[in-house]
Amino acid sequence: MDATEIGLWGVPLAILGGAIRVSTPFIFVSLGEAITERSGRINLGLEGTLVFGAMSAYAVAVMTGSPWLGLLAAAFAGLCFGLFHGWICKFPKVNDIAIGIALMLFGSGLAFFFGKPFIQPSAPDLPAIPFGAWSDIPQVQAALDVNVLFLIGAALAAFLWWAFRNTRAGLILRVVGDSSDAARAMGLNPNTVRLAATGVGGALAGIGGAYLSLYYPGSWTEGISSGQGLMAVALVIFARWNPLGCFAAALLFGGAGALGPALQSVGVTQGYYLFYAAPYILTLVIMIATSSPSRSLAGAPGELSITK
Amino acid sequence: MTDRFMLSRRQLLKTSAAGAALGLASASFPIGRAFAAAATVGFIYVGPKDDYGYNQAHAEGAAALKGVEGISIVEEENVPETVDVQKTMESMINLDGASLIFPTSFGYFDPHMLAMCAKFPDVQFRHCGGMWNKDKHPMNAGSYFGYIGMGQYLNGVVAGHTSKTKKLGFVAAKPIPQVLLNINSFLLGARSVDPTITCQVIFTGEWSLAVKEAEATNALVDQGADVITCHVDSPKVVVETAAGRGAFVCGYHANQSPLAPEKYLTGAEWNWAKVYKMFVDDLIAGKPLPNFTRGGLADGFVKMSPLGPAVSEPARKQFDATLAEMMKGGFSVIKGPLKSNKGIVVATEGQAFAETAIELESMDYLVEGVVGSTA
Repeated sequence: MDATEIGLWGVPLAILGGAIRVSTPFIFVSLGEAITERSGRINLGLEGTLVFGAMSAYAVAVMTGSPWLGLLAAAFAGLCFGLFHGWICKFPKVNDIAIGIALMLFGSGLAFFFGKPFIQPSAPDLPAIPFGAWSDIPQVQAALDVNVLFLIGAALAAFLWWAFRNTRAGLILRVVGDSSDAARAMGLNPNTVRLAATGVGGALAGIGGAYLSLYYPGSWTEGISSGQGLMAVALVIFARWNPLGCFAAALLFGGAGALGPALQSVGVTQGYYLFYAAPYILTLVIMIATSSPSRSLAGAPGELSITK
Repeated sequence: MTDRFMLSRRQLLKTSAAGAALGLASASFPIGRAFAAAATVGFIYVGPKDDYGYNQAHAEGAAALKGVEGISIVEEENVPETVDVQKTMESMINLDGASLIFPTSFGYFDPHMLAMCAKFPDVQFRHCGGMWNKDKHPMNAGSYFGYIGMGQYLNGVVAGHTSKTKKLGFVAAKPIPQVLLNINSFLLGARSVDPTITCQVIFTGEWSLAVKEAEATNALVDQGADVITCHVDSPKVVVETAAGRGAFVCGYHANQSPLAPEKYLTGAEWNWAKVYKMFVDDLIAGKPLPNFTRGGLADGFVKMSPLGPAVSEPARKQFDATLAEMMKGGFSVIKGPLKSNKGIVVATEGQAFAETAIELESMDYLVEGVVGSTA
C-alpha cells in the first residue's frame, strides 16, 4: 500500500484529527461559560467575545509579529467584555440573557469594524507539537499535530473539575451559584464573585478566538466563528456544568463536524447535508435520552436564570 | 403637541412636493437623468470587500469606476441574502439616488431583487449569475456572468501536469450549475493531460464556512489529492490550508498567489472592471442597458493569474496553447462522447457545447472521473 493511500482509514483519522483541531475553541468557550454559569449567571455574549478575540489576536500578531502577544491581547479583550457584562448585570432587574445577546452583537460588530484592515495580511501561527512524528504516514502526522492550546484546554478542564470540588474558590463559586442568600449569610458578595467569574469566562472565550484566527483555520475573516461561540454555550448545558463533560462534548462536536467532509472524501457522497447535521442530531438524542419529566436538570446551579 | 404636529405636516407636504417634482423631472427627461453629473451606481456584496475572493473581485471592478466622470458609486458589504438586501437596495435608491444597482450575490435575486424591480420600475438592476430569464423576469432586471469554467479548465491543465498522485481535490460550496461547471471543467482540463486523473469534490453547503473549508481541504489531502482548487466565496482558508499541508493550489475569483507563492500554480480570476465599465458607458450614453451579458477569456470578462514557479515547462506550453485556442472563441469544454459520473450520457459523439451554450447554465451533473454527488 502506498503511503498516500489510506482509504477508509481516513474517516476515523479525520474524526480524530478533527476532534483535536476543531474542538479547541469549543473547549475554551465552554469552560469559560461553565465558570460563569456555576456562579449563577449566563453570558450569551461569548460568541461576540470569541469573534472579538479572534480579531484582536490576529491584529496584534500581525502588528507585533508574535502570536503569543496576540493571545494575550485576545485574553485581555475577552476579560474586558466579561467584566462589562458582569458589571451591567449587578444592577437590579437587569436580565443577563438580554445583556448577553446585546454584547454578542456588539462584540461581532466591533470586531468587524476594527478588523477591516486585517483581512488581507498574514499573521504568524501559534506553534503545534508534532505528536505524530513516530509515524511515516503524512496523514497521521498531520492529524496528530496538536496545538499547545488544545493541551492547555485539556489540563484546564481537569484542573477546573478538581478545583470546583476541592478548593475554597470553587466552593465560593458554587455557593454563590446555588443560593445568593446562603452566600450572603456566609459574608460573601455574590456580585463580586459573579463579576470575577464572568471576567474569567470572557478571557477564556477570547483565548478560544485566538485559536481560531492564529491556528485553525488560521486567518481572520468575518465569518470565522460561524456560531461556534453560541454552540459552546449550549454545550455547557449539554455537559451538565461539568468541566470534564465540557471537554468531552467539545471533542464530540469537533469529531462529528469532521465527519461530513471525511465521508465525502472517501466517496460517501449522498446526503452530505445530513452528515453536517450530525452534531445537532447527536445533541438532541442525548438531551432527550437524559432528560426526565420528574426532576429539573441535574447539576444545574440554582441561581441560573434559565432554571428559575 | 400642536406645534410638533404642524411641523411634521409641513415637512410631509414639503417632502411629497419634492418627491413629485423629482418624479416629474425623471419622467419628462429620462435621458437627462443619465446625463446628469451624478449618476449613482450601487454595489452590494455578501461578504467583506477584501476577502481574497468573490467580493474582492467585484469590489475591484467597482473601484475601477471611481475615475469615470459623472459616476459616483455607493457600496455596502456584508449584506445577508435576506430581506436585509431589500432594505439596502431601497436605501441606495431613496437616499443615494442610485439608478443602477448591482446586487452581486447569487441569493439576492429571488425574491429580493425581483421585489425591488417591481417596486422601482425606473431603476435598473443587474444581477451577477445566470438567473434572469426574459420570459419570466422584468425588463429592468438582468444578469451578467463570465465563462469562468474556461479558467477552471486551464487550472485543470496545469493541475494535470503537476499532480503526481493523479488525484485532484475540489472544495465546493453548493451544487448549483456554475459550481458544477467549474468542477467538471477542472477535471476535463486535467484529463486533457492524462485521462486517468480523478477529482474528488467536497461540498461544504455554504458559501463561507472557514472551519468546514479547512476540514474539507485536510480530508482531500488525507485522501491523496495533491492539487486543490475551490469554489467558495473566500478561497483564503483553502489556499492556506492546502499549501500548509504541502499540496499545490489553483486559485479562484481573485489572485491568491501572495498567500502561497511557492504552491500557487495559477488561478481563474474575474475581470469585472471590464463588465462594469461597459454598463456604465451605456448608462452615460443614455443607451438601454443589456439584460443578458456574458463573456469569457476572449472578451476580457475572465483572466488567469500569472503562472507560479512550480509550473513545469510542458504544463506552460499546453496552458499557452489551450489559452490561445480559447481566445479564438467558441471553445467547448463539454463535448461528446461524455458521460456523467452516474453513467448518463450528457453529450453524444460529435455533440459539443461551446462556452456560450445556454444549456451549460442549467448543468445538474458531475462528469465521469469526478468523485462526488450533486445532492
